[in-house]
Amino acid sequence: MIGLSASIRRTRALIRKESLQIRRDPSSIIIGIVLPTMLILLFGYGLSLDVRRVPVALDLEAPSPLVTSLISGFRLSPYFEPVAVTDMQAAEQLMARRAVDGIVRVRDNYPRQNAFGLGKVQLIVHGVDANRARIIEAYAGAVLGAWAAQRQAEGYPAEIGPVIIQDRLWFNAANDSHYFLVPGLIVLVMTLIGAFLTTMVVAREWERGTLEALFVTPVRVAEILLGKTVPYFAMGLVGLGLCVLAARVMFQVPFRGSLLLLGVSSILYLLIALGIGLLISSAVRSQFVASQLTLVITFLPAMMLSGFLFDIRSMPKAVQLLTYLLPARYFVALLQTLFLAGNIWSVVVPDLAVLAAMVIGLAALSWVITRKSLA
Amino acid sequence: MTTAPAVIRANAVTKRLRQRHAPPVLALDQISLSIPQGVLAALVGPDGAGKTTLLRLLAGLLPPDEGELFVLGIDVAHDPQRVQDAVAYMPQRFGLYEDLTVKENLDLYADLHGVTAAARGQRYPSLLEMTALAPFLGRLAGQLSGGMKQKLGLACALIQSPQLLLLDEPTAGVDPLSRHELWQIITKLSTEGTSALIATSYLDEAERCQQAIVLRDGKVLAQSPPRNIADRARNLVVLHEPMRDETARDLQARLLDTDDVIDAVPQGGRVRTICRTSQPSALAPSFEDGFMTLLAGAPRARVSRTPSPPVTRRDEVSVEVRDLVRRFGDFVAVDHLSFSVKRGEVYGLLGPNGAGKSTTFRMLCGLLPATSGTLLVAGEDLRRTPASARRNIGYMAQRFSLYPQLSVLENLAFFAGIYGLKAHLRRDRIQWALEEFELAPVRTQQSGMLPGGLKQRLAMAVALLHEPPLLFLDEPTSGADPLARRDFWRRITVLAQGGVTTVITTHFMEEAEYCDRLAILDAGRLLAEGTPAQIRDANIQKEGSTMEDAFIAIVEHARAKAQGP
Repeated sequence: MIGLSASIRRTRALIRKESLQIRRDPSSIIIGIVLPTMLILLFGYGLSLDVRRVPVALDLEAPSPLVTSLISGFRLSPYFEPVAVTDMQAAEQLMARRAVDGIVRVRDNYPRQNAFGLGKVQLIVHGVDANRARIIEAYAGAVLGAWAAQRQAEGYPAEIGPVIIQDRLWFNAANDSHYFLVPGLIVLVMTLIGAFLTTMVVAREWERGTLEALFVTPVRVAEILLGKTVPYFAMGLVGLGLCVLAARVMFQVPFRGSLLLLGVSSILYLLIALGIGLLISSAVRSQFVASQLTLVITFLPAMMLSGFLFDIRSMPKAVQLLTYLLPARYFVALLQTLFLAGNIWSVVVPDLAVLAAMVIGLAALSWVITRKSLA
Repeated sequence: MTTAPAVIRANAVTKRLRQRHAPPVLALDQISLSIPQGVLAALVGPDGAGKTTLLRLLAGLLPPDEGELFVLGIDVAHDPQRVQDAVAYMPQRFGLYEDLTVKENLDLYADLHGVTAAARGQRYPSLLEMTALAPFLGRLAGQLSGGMKQKLGLACALIQSPQLLLLDEPTAGVDPLSRHELWQIITKLSTEGTSALIATSYLDEAERCQQAIVLRDGKVLAQSPPRNIADRARNLVVLHEPMRDETARDLQARLLDTDDVIDAVPQGGRVRTICRTSQPSALAPSFEDGFMTLLAGAPRARVSRTPSPPVTRRDEVSVEVRDLVRRFGDFVAVDHLSFSVKRGEVYGLLGPNGAGKSTTFRMLCGLLPATSGTLLVAGEDLRRTPASARRNIGYMAQRFSLYPQLSVLENLAFFAGIYGLKAHLRRDRIQWALEEFELAPVRTQQSGMLPGGLKQRLAMAVALLHEPPLLFLDEPTSGADPLARRDFWRRITVLAQGGVTTVITTHFMEEAEYCDRLAILDAGRLLAEGTPAQIRDANIQKEGSTMEDAFIAIVEHARAKAQGP
């Protein structure tokens, strides 16, 4: 038991040392606290995948009460910001400058044709961003459809086709991209603190020669690994708290699952990130190379391939298969489920199981690979 | 024969070091040695001899490829942890945590070694007294001077009263005063019974040990008391007097070119010469004499004589510094410094760490503006025309400041371009550098991977590419082995003969003997100036006093006066 208490004392000394260094080193505070805060603000306020307040040019060749009521939907909708133009030429110019994303054109013969049930409204959408274009198209259809339905209800014959498509968005009924972006940030913050920061601080110890001196003491490998893991684990939990707080308070993201499950899955993912960080740093001993490698191996895939920003189902087949190797994929699925859908056990259990298996595998691997050796 | 058990025993140990883009290097070749308990042993030898590798093997940081290695009776390869529990190891750059305070560094190592609170109560005061670090307990380790860092590193290594000390060049880059203090600590521990193996490039340090191990190319050339190694030069050492109008440095160069001379160094205005054959009325040999004799087979640098005619106009002033002041906030780094250097002169700036030498150098090179004072370099005022004045300067910084990822040739080509050399001249100068500094065999190797001595040669070649009439060298020989330092000074001699003015700093006091004149600085002030003989004679206390004794006397006297009433 003397051995154990000595081991605990050494581990505690290493943890205290690491905490002191974190407090005094601006770069770890920047990566651990400032960067996550910036990401929250950036993703929260700057980046939005929502289509809102779309500027559209309204080209009404012959204004009349009928036409005014037709386009009133565009004026009242929160999704559109109409700009009145005098003729089609002006509208095309605005479109070319991308001052507007679409043109709604109502010909001068519309009231007459409408009377025969043949009224047509032309919609032209800026198609460079295909995703956005499709959404605008659907919105415009919905606006016109709503007008037609209302006219029908008032006793007029149906003008715009017999079928009216009515979209309803599930899970994100408000169609607010913050709902999935902000919880997804947890994955980025955990990756930064867990993998990026640990790799950097271990590489720094190699560069400054501090590990060489540390090795020739009674310190054991497991104690060095623990001494590095515990402080950054704590820091990761702070980052988690920050993200959850921002999601709930600043962006009013709903939380439908259990906090306990969120905690468990975050801890598992954090352990994986730490494990990857320690593995990279046992192979690479320069801060520069270590940071580049960690960025490419962990951070970028967590951002691009985890389903956080882009839907995995729309990726090429080969890339889809690749994502199964990424711990971030399972964590993002867990986060989005817990925040937006609730405790859906059929999703939560398999994903948690995969993460747990990865933790065990990585811990075993770091234990085997890390040696007190300069070779 | 000693009956004490061996603390270190090596039996035909071989170690090959893998390299990234090259075949493995045979770092240790069938080494066998044995160091008895309680002995202070020195490990000496040229750069790349395998000193650091041997210490790392002993510390259990690298496994041997072949052979057996026992430390404190433990098979290191088999159970490195038990060795690491019991020894104190100080790597070349001791891994202090620079963002922790002195006390936090000590506490960390005390915790790691399981030193109890009660034991700390006894150990700390004695360590702090030995190292004189008590007033700095709350200071961050990164803010200590070089000498104090080394002392703190030693204190951290000594925290658990180790049975064996393994120190890798603990005094490299440390000024004579701090070196003196470090050796007082080591000697005290040795008298208390601690065994130690200390790698060093200072041969006078080996003389203080009971055993000296000479390594070269991974082989043990000798293991014996230093006196026995010194005896190899018995009857071979004489002093030569230079002729009139000849400097000791020039005579040394002349002697080194003759075949029956093993080695020659300037000493007290004369030249200490080791001859190949027995000499009448020879001097008592030093360890260094014996060491050089032992390594006599080593190839010596081919230093060609520059074709330029010897300079006659020695009165022309190359560098003039008047009332130079540099402040950093409240701190005065350079305090009304004045000196002048004539053309073709070798001028030494000596002083403890933090004396203001590097700051002065940076101002001389136009890298740092002066707070006040006059700086004339090659007749130009650096404060007005720094760009054109800089063209006359070759500067070699304290640390290796070339691009480590570029090859030798690429570095030379890059700097030739930076200096604006025209195409044909560029080709000629690069060719000259490769030949003169014997860099041709390594021309395609990555500069960062070169051994220390070659890096230093490359750095000097780069500083000389544009044939500057002025050379500023900031600790060019720090960490270099005795042979590399000899070669370095031969090149300086040739350059000085060609009229190149050199200002140089060094921590090797015997190198001060090469200088025509030198200045001793401390706390930014000039304490003494003159020829080596003048400095030594004015501060001589006893027969056989060295330049180092004189230096320590001058600095300590000045510091006592500053502190006194």
